[in-house]
Amino acid sequence: MNHSAPQFFKRGPTLHTRFVFFCLASLILIIADGRFHYLEVMRKSVSVALYPLQRLTDIPGWAMQRALGFFVTQAQLRHENEFLRQQNLANSASLQTMGALEGENKHLRALLTLREKLTRKTIPAEIQRLYPDPFTRRAAIDRGLQDGLRPGLAVVDAIGLIGQITRVYPWQSEVTLITDKDQAIPIQVQRSALRGVLFGIGDDGAVELRYMPVSADVQNGDVLVTSGIDGTYPSGLPVAKVTNVERNAAYAFARISCVPLTGVLGAIQVMVVDTDEKPRVNTSSGQSQSAEDSKSLQTPR
Amino acid sequence: MRFPTRFGVALTPSASPPPELLRPARASYIALTVLLAAILNLLALPELITRVKPDFIALILIYWTIFHPDRVSFTIVWTLGLLMDVASGSLFGQHALAYTLMLYLAALFHRRIIMFPMPYQVFHVGTILLLAQLVTLALRSVAGSDFPGPTYFLPSLLGAALWPLVTALLRAPLRQSPEQDAT
Repeated sequence: MNHSAPQFFKRGPTLHTRFVFFCLASLILIIADGRFHYLEVMRKSVSVALYPLQRLTDIPGWAMQRALGFFVTQAQLRHENEFLRQQNLANSASLQTMGALEGENKHLRALLTLREKLTRKTIPAEIQRLYPDPFTRRAAIDRGLQDGLRPGLAVVDAIGLIGQITRVYPWQSEVTLITDKDQAIPIQVQRSALRGVLFGIGDDGAVELRYMPVSADVQNGDVLVTSGIDGTYPSGLPVAKVTNVERNAAYAFARISCVPLTGVLGAIQVMVVDTDEKPRVNTSSGQSQSAEDSKSLQTPR
Repeated sequence: MRFPTRFGVALTPSASPPPELLRPARASYIALTVLLAAILNLLALPELITRVKPDFIALILIYWTIFHPDRVSFTIVWTLGLLMDVASGSLFGQHALAYTLMLYLAALFHRRIIMFPMPYQVFHVGTILLLAQLVTLALRSVAGSDFPGPTYFLPSLLGAALWPLVTALLRAPLRQSPEQDAT
């Protein structure tokens, strides 16, 4: 088909030379990005160029959802309405007591001269897509620099924590899900107030509580909430539930398997939680507190 | 070039159907197919499909490299790789390296692959796709990621299985219509 005659005068470098050159260029980029994180600016500008195409490719999925949403049966709607009504009733009951409790809490904290708990700002967002990279668990949401997001903010859905913002582009952000390998979250066992660190293992629907001693007070069914120690995640967000505790005296630590409370992949509407918090390193009291926290992290009671 | 005889089948050029006469592909047509492949790659799909669907840009690039090696350059392929890196949230340069490797292998063997009948073409394309995935896997292992399980290789196998369809689709607009022959 394309059997061009061999060239008498070679133009440019050979195939092998070009191959080696571009391989080296790729490797340099990979090392600069993977090891030193030098290329965030470049990534950001490429993402801007890519944005229109991405918006275009979102259309079929969006249209499909709209089409499916149109054919919801009345029974389904009634059922959902009923459910929401009941939930609303329960929520309003707890809200009424909440107001009173909040006032009381404020008063007590003032009495004890404790720092006031931080006010939280939430920004609603929507998960647009999951990144197809099979080695990581990440998703893209439709809010970015324009909405005042920054790396490190927590992302929650209606049930609990789903991840953390790791990269911010102008109109979208990258969320690393709690199931991503080695994504660490400082948690607290709700029942026993024991602190620990929860790790993703790169598997959907499973996370692991590591470095807990064999004698740690953790049981099946315990709910783990964020402890707020690191200043990244606000405290008290439900994260996971313990499913299996394996205590083997041969090992220093217990093997504690958990499942994320939220269907991390099923969430579409999410909230970005902004704690408006300055890092607590300037004040001496803050320092001693965080030092104490990390000590209790290493040797749980 | 003793490779074809190893299969025990006469794989001389006469074994394959005589190549059709196709109109030469214009640069704009090639660009359009690449754009369509990019859209297919970026489509927001459910999680399960996203993890197993083949890399359409890779397939298209291999096709153009084999059948129009003069129309594909390392620079274009490498840039497309960088775009895919950002879109898929992988290491910057990972897809660029994989596409560079595919282009190199396809360009190295394009004269041989053209001659083969479809089943052997599928085998060759599958091998090229798998090799690129293996290199990516090795890179990510060095960077500290775990092996994501055997389904990791499904995109390559599916891509190879789609090869006959891809070639048929890409050739369809280039067929010469009889009326044009008459002129």
